[in-house]
Amino acid sequence: MRQIVRVASWLYALAVYGFIFLPVVVLVLFSLQATSFPIPPFTGPSLRWYNAVLSDPRLTSALVNSLLVASISSLTAVTLGFLSAWGFARFVLPGSGLLRGLITLPLTVSYLIIGMGLLVLFNWAGVPKSLLAAGIGHVVINLPLCFAIIYSQMGDHQINIERAARDLGAPEWKVLLLITVPVMAPAIFAGFFLSMTFSWDEFVISFLLTRFDTTLPVEIWNLLRSGLNPKTNAVGSLVFAVSIILVVLFELTLLRRRKA
Amino acid sequence: MSSADNNGRALPRAGRALPRAGRALPWALVTPALGWTLLFFVLPFIAMGFSSLTAHEGGGFTLTNYSQFFTNPSYWQAMVNSLQVTAIVTVVSVLLAYPFAWILAEQVPERWQRLALMLAVLPFWTSYVVRSYSWLLVLAQNGVINRALIGSGLFSEPVQLANTRFATVTGFVHFFVMLLTLTIFANLKQLSPSYRKAAADLGAGPVRTFLHVVLPLTLPGIMVGAFLTFVLCIGDYITPQILGGNNELLMPQLVMMQIGRRGDFPLASALSIILMAVVTIAYLACARWLKIERA
Repeated sequence: MRQIVRVASWLYALAVYGFIFLPVVVLVLFSLQATSFPIPPFTGPSLRWYNAVLSDPRLTSALVNSLLVASISSLTAVTLGFLSAWGFARFVLPGSGLLRGLITLPLTVSYLIIGMGLLVLFNWAGVPKSLLAAGIGHVVINLPLCFAIIYSQMGDHQINIERAARDLGAPEWKVLLLITVPVMAPAIFAGFFLSMTFSWDEFVISFLLTRFDTTLPVEIWNLLRSGLNPKTNAVGSLVFAVSIILVVLFELTLLRRRKA
Repeated sequence: MSSADNNGRALPRAGRALPRAGRALPWALVTPALGWTLLFFVLPFIAMGFSSLTAHEGGGFTLTNYSQFFTNPSYWQAMVNSLQVTAIVTVVSVLLAYPFAWILAEQVPERWQRLALMLAVLPFWTSYVVRSYSWLLVLAQNGVINRALIGSGLFSEPVQLANTRFATVTGFVHFFVMLLTLTIFANLKQLSPSYRKAAADLGAGPVRTFLHVVLPLTLPGIMVGAFLTFVLCIGDYITPQILGGNNELLMPQLVMMQIGRRGDFPLASALSIILMAVVTIAYLACARWLKIERA
């Protein structure tokens, strides 16, 4: 009986892994295709389509835009998230629960609706579509995440270190910069990398709020109009690789926290 | 854990340790985040509400954007399609993910579990656009599956897989199996082994232990995961647009169509608000199972 369960478990797990990895393997494999269609049979390996991606100015500028929007919006989100988490964790504020709820509220609303709302608002206020507008949207979706991660990591022992610093005469800004930020660094980095990942992959807000200068997922969307194309495979594989790097960085910062 | 009440008691102490801070500092810390949320989340929402009540042509007050939804059968149909797809995706994903998470938590040796789990959710971390495109490669007329089916001699003609509801559901299930595996795995690991030992001591076999102890105790986690699936699935535009095509419209596609083709912001706002209302109703309906416990 136990043996049967084991074998069945293995088979089932293999099948699910197969299902999960099938599209990724197909994507990456046919990005190395030598001929013009990303369909069987495989004719590579060749780096031809990666060359095509890197020599396409639209894609390379979209890549730079994506990195810029992701890093600046994540930096903003993590800064606002950290300051507010510190404020709520260290001081008694009237209506604290309600205000914390307000900050985390965007987590429950779909990106499409957040993007729609900003589109209507910006349209009405005469703010043109731009990378800045998309970046503002990305802060909206990532701020609650950063706040939740950092707030949940603010424990008692950190309060005591901060009190010690104050007792020794440190002014408030010194406590913040020299004590709280270093102590909270793992949570801050975790929030930052997670925000980077979400912003880097985000499509619908960027699609609604940018026009000519746009981010990589939107540019990939434009490529899709030409049907299946190994160039799309190549740029998709690159996007996937960057996401994996960001997630590994996120995991590493979390691991470091656990060891500490 | 008791961190919550520790925090509660620590707060006044920390407050007293701050004689110089006064009342200005705490507000200076939380105001930027609150301001951002009010300005770029709450205000857009209000703007959307106003927009949904104005006429597309002329701009006067009107309720037609909402009444259209109930009178135009194709709009109504989009909501029905969305609810059907979301329900199928949620059920299939839970049924696939639960045994998988159980195997990872119970059958895989402890030291390999972290790696096994990380691998299982690796493709989770890629863009919706890239993930949907990858499925298109697999399901296309001359894609991997059709080539394999014809190669094996089972079929002589390619099967229509892309641009169908089946493709949309497959793309969604792929994503949500990973998400649900994460939440259910966490749930199974939190389960104290003493429950299972107690059940075994009382004479229950592995099957009865699972059905009467493990499953009921992980049910709240399943409900949270299922709700998350519902919310994310019903609001996604990309997967149905790339994989399902325009044969049948889901709500997000209908919303985007109003903006893209016709520039009809009022109608798009009204449809977005209706979509959100449905999510809220779903939340209230299962709120009693969704008591998310704080760690």
